[in-house]
Amino acid sequence: MIEVKKVSKSFNDIQVLKDINVLFEKGKTNLIIGQSGSGKTVLLKSIIGLYDADYGDIIFDGIVFNKLEFNEKKEMRKQIGMLFQGGALFDSSTVEENVMYPLDMFTKMSSSEKRDRANECLKRVNIINANKLYPSEISGGMQKRVAIARAIALNPKYLFCDEPNSGLDPQTAILIDDLIKELTIEYNMTTIVNTHDMNSVMEIGDKVMFIYKGEKWWEGTKDEIFDTENAELNNFIFASKLSQKIRDLKNK
Amino acid sequence: MSLFNQVGKYFLLLFRVFSKPEKMKIYYRETIKEFEKLGLNSIGIIAIISVFMGAVITIQTAYNTENPMLPTYLIGLAARDSILLEFSSTIVALILAGKIGSNIASEIGTMRVTEQIDALEIMGVNSASYLILPKIIATVLFSPFLCLMSMIVGIFGGWVAGVSTGVTTTQDYIYGIQYAFIPYYIVYALIKMAIFAFLITSISAYHGYYSYGGSLEVGKSSTKAVVRSSIFILLFNVILTQLLLS
Repeated sequence: MIEVKKVSKSFNDIQVLKDINVLFEKGKTNLIIGQSGSGKTVLLKSIIGLYDADYGDIIFDGIVFNKLEFNEKKEMRKQIGMLFQGGALFDSSTVEENVMYPLDMFTKMSSSEKRDRANECLKRVNIINANKLYPSEISGGMQKRVAIARAIALNPKYLFCDEPNSGLDPQTAILIDDLIKELTIEYNMTTIVNTHDMNSVMEIGDKVMFIYKGEKWWEGTKDEIFDTENAELNNFIFASKLSQKIRDLKNK
Repeated sequence: MSLFNQVGKYFLLLFRVFSKPEKMKIYYRETIKEFEKLGLNSIGIIAIISVFMGAVITIQTAYNTENPMLPTYLIGLAARDSILLEFSSTIVALILAGKIGSNIASEIGTMRVTEQIDALEIMGVNSASYLILPKIIATVLFSPFLCLMSMIVGIFGGWVAGVSTGVTTTQDYIYGIQYAFIPYYIVYALIKMAIFAFLITSISAYHGYYSYGGSLEVGKSSTKAVVRSSIFILLFNVILTQLLLS
């Protein structure tokens, strides 16, 4: 469980996050949705400590993460897996080396044990016969799956995904969504996904938080989202003609 | 204010670079890779430049000393001292600033803008130390060898050019390079080279590490890395010459 309490963040006097309060539950896929520039990524990066929040607390299962000392934070981060928007795989390492990296760095496993664990993770995300390829030699969807494999290599308690579907075709995007959902249940993780993809909301949104101009504007489940009367959220959800048609059909 | 800010950021980065490594074995492996990438891969260019540098110094010295009052071995002596004292350390360092400085800044800068550095931080890895320390160790340890090689190849280039153009003879040249030889000049050049290597690597890594934006910013960081490394090499050349030779 991750609790965000009264978090605010500014850059050069521009307030990007305003007094955010939200609870992300364990074993569920928690989604942060909002327009580009609404503060989603800043919130996610503040939660994981890549940005220091100006005010407020970020509490990971009772531990105030943003108040920890540098070394304590480092220890805590071993329990965190992260999937970045572009995958963020290490260009100079092969697929297998990328997945083995956290094992190399933080475990005392033997080479064969590390290789076995890496292969287990790669198999779990359906990457087969690509161990010796470099990130530039595989597709965007495969890169995302390898990044997920790397993120789960150390059995993390928390998984963060920053726009996991960006740049992917709809079918591959659904595969990635399903994978995130399955892994969240399998590893009983607290998963937070940053997205503006409405398909993801409908597929995996156990809990959804809508952020608007740096403020928490709405919170609920994927089933509640279509019935909301929140104007800004409706504008966001029904921005496309396809979603407007779905709404019209539902209303009929 | 910006200058103080940058100097402060540079030293804070160095503080992180020299903090205790997470796993020595991995750092050792990375250092070996950097030896190959930054050191061994620079041998070719340094050798080519040193041959031509030695040749030009010999020919220019010969044309500037066409005086029967001056001893014939002076060409070899002047070529040796120029190469040992200045060219094999400072000029080679300036060339390395262009070659490995831009390489380091663009590599680390690209890792920054593609969030690979963020990925390391999220895993709990000290990204500054992991990415920069092996490069510093590799260049500081390897660059004196490059300097030594440059001296040998440069003097050889001078001999080839001198003899083939007829401005000197083999005997005069060899006598010249042995005449009044001060071994400390080699030590002086090697010390300078190690310090220049540290400057090149740390300044370039600093510019790469604090790149933000996209490919344009990475390109700008790479240019800044080369320009600033070169300026600091020249500045420290004066300081070190005063300290080590006075």
